[in-house]
Amino acid sequence: MCGIAGIIHRGDSGAVGHEMASMLQAMRHRGPDSTGYALYGEKTDLLVMRFKLADPNDSGDFSYGDRLARSRREVESRLAKIGATIDRVDGANEYAYRATFRYEGELKPLADYVEDVPGAEILSIGYSLEIVKDLGDAATVAEQYRLDDFQGTHAIGHVRMATESDVDIAGAHPYWAYPFSDVAVVHNGQLTNYHGWRRRLERLGHRFQSECDSEIIAVYLAQRMADGLSLETAMKQSLDDLDGVFTYLVVTEDSLGMAKDEMAAKPLVLYETDDLVAMASEEGSIRAVVNREIDTYDPYEGEVMVWHR
Amino acid sequence: MAPVTQRGRYDNRGLAEPDTVAPETAVVSGHTATLDAADLTTRQVNLELRRLLYSCGVTEVTLQNPGARHSLAVGLLLRCRITIEGSLGYFGCGLIDGPEIHITGRVGWSVAENMMSGVIVIDKNAGSLTGAALRGGDLVVRGHVGARTGIDQKGGTIIVGGNAGSMTGFMMQRGRQILCGDVGHGMGDSMYDGAIYVAGKVASLGIDCVEAELVAEDEEFLDRKFKSYRLDRPDTFRKFVCGKKLWNYDNLEPNERKLVL
Repeated sequence: MCGIAGIIHRGDSGAVGHEMASMLQAMRHRGPDSTGYALYGEKTDLLVMRFKLADPNDSGDFSYGDRLARSRREVESRLAKIGATIDRVDGANEYAYRATFRYEGELKPLADYVEDVPGAEILSIGYSLEIVKDLGDAATVAEQYRLDDFQGTHAIGHVRMATESDVDIAGAHPYWAYPFSDVAVVHNGQLTNYHGWRRRLERLGHRFQSECDSEIIAVYLAQRMADGLSLETAMKQSLDDLDGVFTYLVVTEDSLGMAKDEMAAKPLVLYETDDLVAMASEEGSIRAVVNREIDTYDPYEGEVMVWHR
Repeated sequence: MAPVTQRGRYDNRGLAEPDTVAPETAVVSGHTATLDAADLTTRQVNLELRRLLYSCGVTEVTLQNPGARHSLAVGLLLRCRITIEGSLGYFGCGLIDGPEIHITGRVGWSVAENMMSGVIVIDKNAGSLTGAALRGGDLVVRGHVGARTGIDQKGGTIIVGGNAGSMTGFMMQRGRQILCGDVGHGMGDSMYDGAIYVAGKVASLGIDCVEAELVAEDEEFLDRKFKSYRLDRPDTFRKFVCGKKLWNYDNLEPNERKLVL
């Protein structure tokens, strides 16, 4: 079934890590498989890369720990080789890391080079975007990655009930629009013309990190924006190009958008004030951060909305 | 009426209620009661409602702090009056037969699903699938409603003060819909019978939905409903019904016809 949620502070930044964790935990029943966050912190001139070196539900080998330590050293040395100046690398656990570094060049060669390390997968790269995803419910993942302290401006999140691909971190949302910095997507629904779009985008040189249909949306939108369309226009075009049932949320460095397919077959409830916009698959999720009687509404079929910081 | 007593995991209507008993936290005063849902689970709220209505002689309940939770006030099969101060999540007031319910907030998807009789008035917006498979009674939404309002409706009346989404009245079989605002694409798609009255614009009609003449009986019906719920009546309505082009129930397949003849 999956649940999606988004929040954007139009004024000052807020505790988006804690807020998104509360929103997602309130929708735990919609998908207990895995949980993911795309959080936007304060922008710095350092790139932030979130990456993992293995999937925790893959069977480990005798030298699992050693292998991960080797892979981590390999990632760091490759970053250095390609011209990045590493600021620091922290691990939330032995398979998931956060690296900050300075880098002037193109992102794609860097990302391809890092992902070439066996088992390595980049979850996000951006000046303010950080994607965290793992197996388990929202509270478990938030605690493991210490998201409660995360201050930022906007965020989206996802609780997953896997229907279209496997239960693993690669299949968990949000999806970073590899290799475009600071674009991420969460999606509730199914896309029926996945393979066609995947082939089309692969012919343009894009690669995919998963077998999950939702990843298409992220790369599709980023490609359209790279072609010169605005976020809103790209999203409107996606309603014609993507087939299936979907409600998706997309975030860029300074905006948050929602789009709903023409059948309106997946829910979304919206709450909007001058300084805060929150949306989720269920109103109960919004109540987790705005705990009072509130006026909300459901966007209609074929609607696209974008909020800017 | 026989009091509800729990025998093991089932109440005396044979409904499974494992591991939970009514919390008995409502404040009862004569035939009225106030129930605060803030610290109760959904199951506890529903059990407490049933205890009050079925065995305490209560006929009017005020439910506070529903907190947009799902599946509240469901399966109530008797005449009573319930005021819900706040909003409900999905599947609110489903499978009911008799209650008059007033909700001061909004509701999520599938409110009043399969309602048999009674009245539900919602002051704000409603999600999609509002009044799905409605069998009887009146369902009034003062705000907007989402897509597929009254899908598979088999009776009763749905009144919407605002706009309605796409595929409203999809596969409608009987009953009435009164929509004061605009309606999305595919209205009345594959409807079998019933009538849809629209005051605003209709984006497009679904398969086999056609416009019909609004006669005096229709006007009288509309006036009566707007008067009952003290709603402002838009001046002009258009009426839409089934075109009956898809009515092919008697057309047997050739091999079936051979068997019959």
